[in-house]
Amino acid sequence: MIIYLLTTVLFVLGLYCLVAKKNIIKKVIGVITMEYAVNLFLILVGYKAGGIAPILTKGASKTEFVAKSVDPLPQALVLTAIVIGLGTVALMVALCIRLYQRYGTFDMSEIRRLRG
Amino acid sequence: MNHILPLFIAIPLGSAFFMLIMAKLWRRSAGPIAFLASLCLVVFSVSIIGREAGIYRMGNWPPPWGIVLVSDGLSTLLLLTISIIGFLAIVFSLQYMDRYTSKPKFYALFMLLVAGMNGVVLTGDLFNLFVFLEIASIASYALVAFGCEHEELEASFKYLILSGVASTFILLSIAILYSLTGTLNMADVSRTISGMGSNSAVLFSTALFIAGFGLKAALVPFHPWLPDAHPAAPAPISAMLSGVLIKALGVYVLTRLIFNVFGITPLISTILMVLGGLSMVVGGLLAIGQDDLKRMLAYSSISQIGYVVMALALGTPLGIVGGLFHLINHATFKSLLFLSSGAIEYSTDTRKLSQMGGLNQRMPVTTTSAAIGFLSISGIPPLNGFWSKLIIVIALVQAGHYIFASVAVLVSFLTILYFMKVQRNLFFGDLPAKLAKITEVPSLMRISLVVLAIMCLAMGLLYPLLSGTILGPARDVLLEGTAYVHTVFGI
Amino acid sequence: MIQEQEGMTLIVKTVGRLVINFILLFGIYIILYGHLTPGGGFPGGVIVATAFILLMLSFGRRTALRTFGDLAASMLDNIGALAFLTVALLGFVGGYFFLNFIGRGTPFQLFSACAIPLSNIAIGLKVSASLYGVFVALAIFGKAIVGRDRTGGESAEREPTDLEEQGR
Repeated sequence: MIIYLLTTVLFVLGLYCLVAKKNIIKKVIGVITMEYAVNLFLILVGYKAGGIAPILTKGASKTEFVAKSVDPLPQALVLTAIVIGLGTVALMVALCIRLYQRYGTFDMSEIRRLRG
Repeated sequence: MNHILPLFIAIPLGSAFFMLIMAKLWRRSAGPIAFLASLCLVVFSVSIIGREAGIYRMGNWPPPWGIVLVSDGLSTLLLLTISIIGFLAIVFSLQYMDRYTSKPKFYALFMLLVAGMNGVVLTGDLFNLFVFLEIASIASYALVAFGCEHEELEASFKYLILSGVASTFILLSIAILYSLTGTLNMADVSRTISGMGSNSAVLFSTALFIAGFGLKAALVPFHPWLPDAHPAAPAPISAMLSGVLIKALGVYVLTRLIFNVFGITPLISTILMVLGGLSMVVGGLLAIGQDDLKRMLAYSSISQIGYVVMALALGTPLGIVGGLFHLINHATFKSLLFLSSGAIEYSTDTRKLSQMGGLNQRMPVTTTSAAIGFLSISGIPPLNGFWSKLIIVIALVQAGHYIFASVAVLVSFLTILYFMKVQRNLFFGDLPAKLAKITEVPSLMRISLVVLAIMCLAMGLLYPLLSGTILGPARDVLLEGTAYVHTVFGI
Repeated sequence: MIQEQEGMTLIVKTVGRLVINFILLFGIYIILYGHLTPGGGFPGGVIVATAFILLMLSFGRRTALRTFGDLAASMLDNIGALAFLTVALLGFVGGYFFLNFIGRGTPFQLFSACAIPLSNIAIGLKVSASLYGVFVALAIFGKAIVGRDRTGGESAEREPTDLEEQGR
């Protein structure tokens, strides 16, 4: 139970970084932290105390493997989620560079042409 | 059998990468490849109308171990909308995008967007839904920033951050549902949850889904990205975003989850109706004072999506039909309006209403089709907007929600108000001296506008045909609620 | 006169010459054995991309682009994606999309688990080419904004024009 609470603390820290910092690179880091917190939560869902890694080796018995291994499905989900996060972050960083080229600053409070 | 279903995802995905290779050899081949692929999709989606609901097992793994693609009435309706609006947007963009560079990348991203939306609409698995949702979203972030001017980049950054946070909420909710039920298949989750009784974790998961998908659908208070992102995109992309993306990613997934997976309860129905009502009012009020044509259209999108969500959340058969009919109507006339605003910008190089006037003397085709669009969205009979708004108001009155019904009627008057203001600025009045030499837009752009205008007229007059073939099956899917399980498991 | 020097110091270059090949080999091993040990297409692809990024960081942009140019990265990216889609569509041969059509083989061998190693190779190709392509695009664009080399020497040719012309 305590590990899920710590994951939520990490999520809230990322949210704070996203909201309170003015530099857009720091906001990107906040979004990255939030995504990592959710990935961590997803892996911890599949955790079993005293479990073995879900890799079937040559001499292992199948019933013992099924009984003791941790859940492999969240690990596959998190692999996909990490790739998606990578794509999103690459796009964010490219946008930051273009914003710097256009506006000359990384400060969000000066990038405010659209309002109303 | 149902082997056509994975082709809805494979064709746009394959054509996106294929056209990037072909464009290195022959620079102008990207547009025709996109045109052919979207034409294929239109043909396929028309051919699956009226088939009975079926599933397709990926790799022949039975559910719940494998991923299934489910095609029932609701998916067919959305697929038809996505294909037709996508095809018309590509036809428009074949000449509109001459003003931009890197056209092969534009068409590749457009095809990825269509592939992602088709995947969201067809899939029956929660994590597969998330993956396709992200494919479509990332393609749309890049497309909003396509012109790389100041405002487009700022709008895309804002959209990207907000939508990224929403996707994080959605993934968290999927993780919570997986820890409760142990499966990711939507029908299996539905079966397990209905056996569990009322559970606060399920309620939390529903709240996270409403927050995440409400942001994708631009419900108030999750709307701030839309008035910046939709005007900044190139006109065919604005038509796709406002016409299809907020419906396929936002409204469709919300109704699928709430009706078929969780089962609709009075609490969730009330929450969604309040959010819908708030969207209608806020969108309508904020649209009145706008000077920029596309920004006003974006606020009116928020308002009309409020109508759709409120009608769908009502849960009665008439309300669901009204909501679905308004969904496809809004796809038609809003994309018509955005495409005509793109045509106006192509000819006059401005989007500010205060600098335009009397355009119907020089651009007759554009202004006539835009006028049909404005009349449809204002709700003038016999165009399609009138019928769907009428059905929604009648459904609200029949269910006893008199306050919501009167709010709907008032917002409809607000809509007429700001669109009358736009029409006065655009069409009537004198042509300013700066615009004396503008010409009509090129032929392919005119074809898209005329086809969409004819569709607006036809959908209004041919409502009984639509109701029987596409709206009726979609309504039955939503009404049967958690009996969706029988479609997937075939019991 | 300041000698224009690309890349990092001599120590980094010498170690890089030794290590980059091994990193590449290790990445290919992770891709190929993805159905037996942890890893697979995506992590293996990232490691292969890391080898090329290390090449660019230690030897400079010009050398890295001569070895693996941005046009090649973009083409391999698309070919990898099309190869993955082909493997999926070939499942139709067996009757269903994505079906394992080659035959299971004996477990724990390299040539087993039918279409999974093929899709791992396709994904590895795509991921490595696209990650390297993203890095190249950011590096070239970075030079376009900053506009000068690290040592303060003259920026000779303006490489962004190549990228913009290819994209047009």
